[in-house]
Amino acid sequence: MDKNIYVHASSLDIGYKEEVIVPDINLELKNGQALALIGTNGSGKSTLLRTIVNLIEPLSGALTVFGRDPGSSPRRVAYLGQFHNGGFILPLQAIDVVRMGRFPVHGLLGRMRKEDDEIVRSAMHMMGIENIAVTPMRYLSGGQQQRTYLAQVLAHRADLLVLDEPTAGLDAGGRDLYLQAVKSELARGAAVVLATHDIQEEATICDQVMLLAHRVVAYGSPQTALNPEALLETFGIVVTGDKRLRVIESVHGHDHGEGQHEKHQDKI
Amino acid sequence: MDWLIHPFTANSFMVQALLAGVLVSIACSVAGTFVILRGLSFIGDALSHGVLPGIAVAFLVGLPGILGAAAGAAFMIGGISLITRRSRLSSDTAIGLLFVGMLSLGVIIISRSSSFSGDLTRILFGEILGISSQSLFLQLAATVVIIAIAVVCARPFLLLSFDPEQAQVAGFSTRLYHNIMLFMIALTVIVSFQTVGTLLVFGLLIAPAAAGALLARRIKIMMMWSVIFGVLSMYIGLLLSYYLNLAAGASIILVTVVIFFIVFVVQNIRSRKFIPTKEKDHG
Repeated sequence: MDKNIYVHASSLDIGYKEEVIVPDINLELKNGQALALIGTNGSGKSTLLRTIVNLIEPLSGALTVFGRDPGSSPRRVAYLGQFHNGGFILPLQAIDVVRMGRFPVHGLLGRMRKEDDEIVRSAMHMMGIENIAVTPMRYLSGGQQQRTYLAQVLAHRADLLVLDEPTAGLDAGGRDLYLQAVKSELARGAAVVLATHDIQEEATICDQVMLLAHRVVAYGSPQTALNPEALLETFGIVVTGDKRLRVIESVHGHDHGEGQHEKHQDKI
Repeated sequence: MDWLIHPFTANSFMVQALLAGVLVSIACSVAGTFVILRGLSFIGDALSHGVLPGIAVAFLVGLPGILGAAAGAAFMIGGISLITRRSRLSSDTAIGLLFVGMLSLGVIIISRSSSFSGDLTRILFGEILGISSQSLFLQLAATVVIIAIAVVCARPFLLLSFDPEQAQVAGFSTRLYHNIMLFMIALTVIVSFQTVGTLLVFGLLIAPAAAGALLARRIKIMMMWSVIFGVLSMYIGLLLSYYLNLAAGASIILVTVVIFFIVFVVQNIRSRKFIPTKEKDHG
């Protein structure tokens, strides 16, 4: 298989035990590419991410990560989940959490070196949290904690970043820094898979989008996949008026005028 | 100030007791730190009581109590793991079931035997003033093993406490390292019961670490505070026991709990002073 294909799924069914959440997923993600999984709550976005990082097993079909079974290359995969139990409880400073991003690289006993400290500092700088490096996690706001978790992912310098709702709790400044950081990771050659509700923002950085609603509604470039029919099926709402214009413009550029797809009436 | 050291200079058994106490404090502080961080207090409590039937059977058949404690702990951990994996019940339910089951079994074994009158007190409350050199050596070896486990597994233990899913994705098997952590806690309970007894070892496992957690901003510092509080409790507890003729094990544990509450009160007073600053920081 092509070494540049980082994630490959073919006729993949995902879910828990015998319950299929999303059937028949086909996707291919290469280095330097980003894929956004878009859908409502419970549509299967997180389930797919968790399958890619081997937290749950595929029900059937084929899934490879770096040409191998999921979970075979922990040093190359960074994961940002939605929940972090320890953030408020453990006696940890922000920098301790970011340093954990280097653990998969060095394994059980590998020594942390000066370069690791520099990588950690650089990751904190990218997310704008150098000034809270020694602040205990329990004193940080939700947004500051999310920036810290993102810095931890960046500190991993992984080849594949798997991010579950990465902008949750971030303010505008935090989202800008996050977008810059993802662009920088893509430029480095890493691939990114992320789950999001934010069509506009993610569409600007992603090469592919997959719309999920307990099935793959659409998959492809943002230009082809984010069409009103697919969005209607995914979200159960119609995007028209100013909001539609903003979505369409962010995905297609400014060549779509007001009034297109008039058959979908404004419901938001 | 001679009274502070006199009991130890005048009595070799007090020196033995202090040495045993220091070793147990270190082991309990290291294991207890992860008990607090990982939220395993209930299993720590259950293990410390659940080893009772193992010890009782070992005494009945003339084997060292420590072997019985090891068998009891292994049975508890195996049973909890089995119920959790093979049913929809939470680990808390499994721990609770085995906890009361093993404790009841221990009491039944003891109540059916006439030879337990002296031994029962020893099992429940320890015998720190009668620690043998052999037991002391065993505690030293166990403490070294516990420290070695904590050092080698520091990264997976930290990730496991922070976010088990992240530990798994990072390549550290959650099940393996959780079981290693349980083994470390069980080993601590097993070697500590001779010193402070099965009823009181749990106090030494959580009180110093909990006091450390209130003070520390980093895990290493928390562990360091825990060791300091544990050793201090041993020393003060032994002094109280010597001068006031109190039960040594119970005195030590009472001191650990008193230290926790002193730290708790001091921290709360300090936190109140800092609240305006925190609010200002977060706008």
